[in-house]
Amino acid sequence: MVVFEKPKALADVQMHYCPGCTHGIVHRLVAEVIDELGIEGKTIGIAPVGCSVMAYNYFNCDMIEAAHGRAPAVATGVKRSDPENHIVFTYQGDGDLASIGMAETVHSAARNENITVIFINNAIYGMTGGQMAPTSLPGQVTQTSPYGRDTDACGFPIRVCEMLSTLDGPEYLERVTVNNVKNVKNAKKAIKKAFQNQIDGKGFSLVEVVSTCPTNWGMTPQDALKWVDEKMLPYYPLGVYKDRSAEKEEK
Amino acid sequence: MAKLTFKTDNCKGCGLCIDACPKQVLALAKDKINKKGHHPVEAVNPDACIGCAFCATMCPDCIITVER
Amino acid sequence: MSDKVLMKGNEAIAEAAIIAGCRHYFGYPITPQTEVAAYMAKRMPKIGGTFLQAESEIAAINMVYGVASTGKRVMTSSSSPGISLKGEGLSYLAGADLPSLVVNVQRGGPGLGGIQPSQSDYFQATKGAAHGDFHMIVLAPSSVQEMADLTVKGFDLADKYRMTAMVLADGTMGQMMEPVSLDYEIGEPVEKPWATTGTKMERPHNIVNSLFLEPDVLEKSNFERYERYSYIEENECMYEEYMMDDAEICVTAFGIAARVSKNAINEARKKGIKVGLIRPITLWPFPKAPYKKAADKVKEIISVELSMGQMIEDVRLASECKVPVTLCNRVGGMIPTPEQVLEAIEKAAKGGNK
Repeated sequence: MVVFEKPKALADVQMHYCPGCTHGIVHRLVAEVIDELGIEGKTIGIAPVGCSVMAYNYFNCDMIEAAHGRAPAVATGVKRSDPENHIVFTYQGDGDLASIGMAETVHSAARNENITVIFINNAIYGMTGGQMAPTSLPGQVTQTSPYGRDTDACGFPIRVCEMLSTLDGPEYLERVTVNNVKNVKNAKKAIKKAFQNQIDGKGFSLVEVVSTCPTNWGMTPQDALKWVDEKMLPYYPLGVYKDRSAEKEEK
Repeated sequence: MAKLTFKTDNCKGCGLCIDACPKQVLALAKDKINKKGHHPVEAVNPDACIGCAFCATMCPDCIITVER
Repeated sequence: MSDKVLMKGNEAIAEAAIIAGCRHYFGYPITPQTEVAAYMAKRMPKIGGTFLQAESEIAAINMVYGVASTGKRVMTSSSSPGISLKGEGLSYLAGADLPSLVVNVQRGGPGLGGIQPSQSDYFQATKGAAHGDFHMIVLAPSSVQEMADLTVKGFDLADKYRMTAMVLADGTMGQMMEPVSLDYEIGEPVEKPWATTGTKMERPHNIVNSLFLEPDVLEKSNFERYERYSYIEENECMYEEYMMDDAEICVTAFGIAARVSKNAINEARKKGIKVGLIRPITLWPFPKAPYKKAADKVKEIISVELSMGQMIEDVRLASECKVPVTLCNRVGGMIPTPEQVLEAIEKAAKGGNK
């Protein structure tokens, strides 16, 4: 009996990501969820600009490549063009979602746009070779913060889930990570919920996945997973930051 | 008994599966190089595999199929 | 023939879009086109359509990109500074070969400029809306009726050629009221097998994309797009000639400037000056033929523009520099008067403008 194989919604091609990059794990989780919910035929994914720009080649559902940061706006158009029959997700990195696309992120959340957002936070711009991201940690050395992120000069990292949780709009915000088996399983649960919410018409669901960038962090893939525990998670604590339906049930 | 199948040519040799395995089943094949120029993973201790699929769970490139 | 209704130009655009089957509008308030958004906000919810006030013009054009990806008719409207913001999206729409309708009710610039009418986005609309090699079909209405007609036409052309059609109006066109007939026969929708509407597990996935990292592939996509553009240039040019049969002087203008020019031409004719008008209706593709013909028989072409002279460059190219092409203009929200244009015509008759 097969207990684990490539999900059907994931294309049978080799992904271009660096060895040990956790993008691949998150892609697979999204595809597994699409399979389990039986929604591949009605799902339309929106790829960002950044390392996952070519995600449109990696999913078997219909895909759209958006301009940098604009995926939630594109997703809004796709969803509203046929709300009953389109399941729409965006897949965005930290530069895309939390820097150049912050307005689109905040406003689609404020509108409780009925879409699913997968947000990869690895605290760096990967595709362009390792520059400072809106989520780079204080003191983090990158190509454009060569002496470490100086918070006096370039401000503090943005905690997206915490920030969005102050809005009345969004349905569901959770931060997960994929640095070990247990966390991968939790991440999948969150992603599944974020899609199920859309199917149930509940609205804007964002899963922030604290991820790695071994290449631009200058680490082995193994050390990068450890760095998530040691440096990233203290700044970006895991957990559910908003779950309106659950809150309602409690009341 | 569990069985592992690898899509060897898609392996990037990152080794995340090796660390995830609780039974030390896996290692990089230092004497082999795949199409992409990586030392691919292989099962060096296949009989110890319990089919937990931890390796596949951590594989970013989805190259492992697990049967039990 | 249906009854005519009295409408503002901006409202005529909105109603014509709805008649053309557009059920998705995304916009952001900016003078002097806000009536389009206001009209859509009223009408769309009543007919099961979507009106959404976006967080920015950038978001609005990307929402357009989203709906266009699914093959449905969609539009946005704005005015000059807002169109600059939409530039990025216009380039992506072109790169992904998506049909859409964009309305620019122009105001004076550059920068924040003013809120009065202008035609100073001609270059932007016809030549350089944003990065990369691409064109939009640019339609220039000169009456409220044409605001409506060209909106319907714009949707048809956009679908036919998988590209953006822009209605390039100006503040006067948007604000003026005239009787309009909205009697259109809307044809069958164009098949869009490329649309991302979900595979239904019945076909391989569609990808809407403008990224081609292989230079030869990107080159090929540009070549193919420009073959389409060539076809459009040969087949879709629209223009009006007014009293050009015996004309010795040619005035050329589009939009509001053409209306002013017609008044001046009528006055000049009363004085015995043989003058006519060429009014391009498509600014891209630019109708070269009438200028080529005129250049062989007139002694001067006067380009009347609400800009520092933008269309004049295309007029010079189209007339192959055979005759002097001079500029008669006002800018910054000012409009040339018929008297100003008449003066230019009289000077041309007496020996030429400088």
